[in-house]
Amino acid sequence: MSDTRYTTFRTSLRTAAIMVLFSLVFTSMMAFTYRATRPAIQASELEEQMRLIDEVLPRDDYDNALLEDFVLLGRTPALGIDGGRVWRARMEGEPVALVIEAVAPNGYGGRIALVNAVRDDGRVSGVRVTSHRETPGLGDYIDPKKDRNKIAPWIGQFAGISWVDTDPARWAVRKDGGSFDARTGATISARAVVGAVGRATAWAAAHRQALFAAPAGSTLQGETQ
Amino acid sequence: MMTRQQFRDVAWGGLWKQNPGLAQLLGLCPILAVSTSVVNAVSLGLATVLVMAVANLAVASLRNFIPYEIRIPVFILIIAALVTMVDLAFNAYMHSLYLVLGIFIPLIVTNCIVLARVEAYAAKNGPLASTVDGLMMGIGLVWVLALLGGVRELIGAGTLLSGIDMIIPGAEALNVFGEDYPGFLLAILPPGAFFALGCLIAAYNAINARLAARARREPPPAAPDQEAGETAAAAS
Repeated sequence: MSDTRYTTFRTSLRTAAIMVLFSLVFTSMMAFTYRATRPAIQASELEEQMRLIDEVLPRDDYDNALLEDFVLLGRTPALGIDGGRVWRARMEGEPVALVIEAVAPNGYGGRIALVNAVRDDGRVSGVRVTSHRETPGLGDYIDPKKDRNKIAPWIGQFAGISWVDTDPARWAVRKDGGSFDARTGATISARAVVGAVGRATAWAAAHRQALFAAPAGSTLQGETQ
Repeated sequence: MMTRQQFRDVAWGGLWKQNPGLAQLLGLCPILAVSTSVVNAVSLGLATVLVMAVANLAVASLRNFIPYEIRIPVFILIIAALVTMVDLAFNAYMHSLYLVLGIFIPLIVTNCIVLARVEAYAAKNGPLASTVDGLMMGIGLVWVLALLGGVRELIGAGTLLSGIDMIIPGAEALNVFGEDYPGFLLAILPPGAFFALGCLIAAYNAINARLAARARREPPPAAPDQEAGETAAAAS
């Protein structure tokens, strides 16, 4: 009897040791791959961010290292975010534009994340949707890559706005009495994006000076809470 | 080493007879989720091929060191580690594709076909045969995925190979039905995946039944038709 129990114990111990060994070997393989690929992953993430910002703000309009000149935000209900970044574009040290991350909470498929570039005079320079779950082929025209109209994609109308007005009534689709077009049958997606862009633009106008005054990499304090 | 006959059996099993997507029906979650377009489907399929071949190779090489009692946790550990490495490699070296497939790659871990082949084949066979098995099962999955993605993309959006520019810069998608095709949303939504897969499985079974009937009419001893004979054996 004692013999059997002894071997049972030994077998379990041996099995456990093998399991630990396997875990160690494969975890260290994963750790090694992680370390080896990290620089490339970071580089491509920065490149991806830059490519996105290029779509909302022409690179010729500013001369600072935009990705390094940012202010961190805490919970900001006006932008629909629990934390995010605002990048500051400057030309020869003078403020040019703010690139803001914002979220529209009321899309047809939930949250729609976007970036909005607001020029120093309060005009919108461009908007891009960065992630969304709108219905494929119906509401996903808010993303220019999915928009069937390649010549004048829906999201392009933000870049063409010439007026400066932060009145929320104007930041709405035409159906609701606002100034923006929406595609028939998929108004909810457009309504969500237009509202979020309007709120972000108004927020940028209200906090422009504090945003440009804050040191790079710091967290914006005060009124945003 | 593998004989020619073994190789033929393994290849035929993966590509047709035990096809993961049509016969074993394992790994349906990624099949249904990514087959909205050919490019998505084939890309995830190829990542799965890679993971299956490497997982089978790793398990077959280590099979004598893995105690029977803990084989499943060890298999899962090996598969999860490999998928993580593939995920990181995709992210680092094919970033634009990763943006599309990123959320699906971790799904390979939960793809039962990987664990099924490791458990059913690699744990009992040598490294070479196991690698071939992983490759063939993976390729069997890829062609089903490609077909399913093609059918859904064609019916749903009227295009083929949309998004190819993420893999080959400058390449353009085919607009099969012209710019004015209104699209058929159902095909792209999840129910479309079930309808399309159901039709594919029906076609697969019909072909198998026809092959079996032909094999019965022409008795194998007279003219041993390799493929028909094997399918008949599978059907019986």
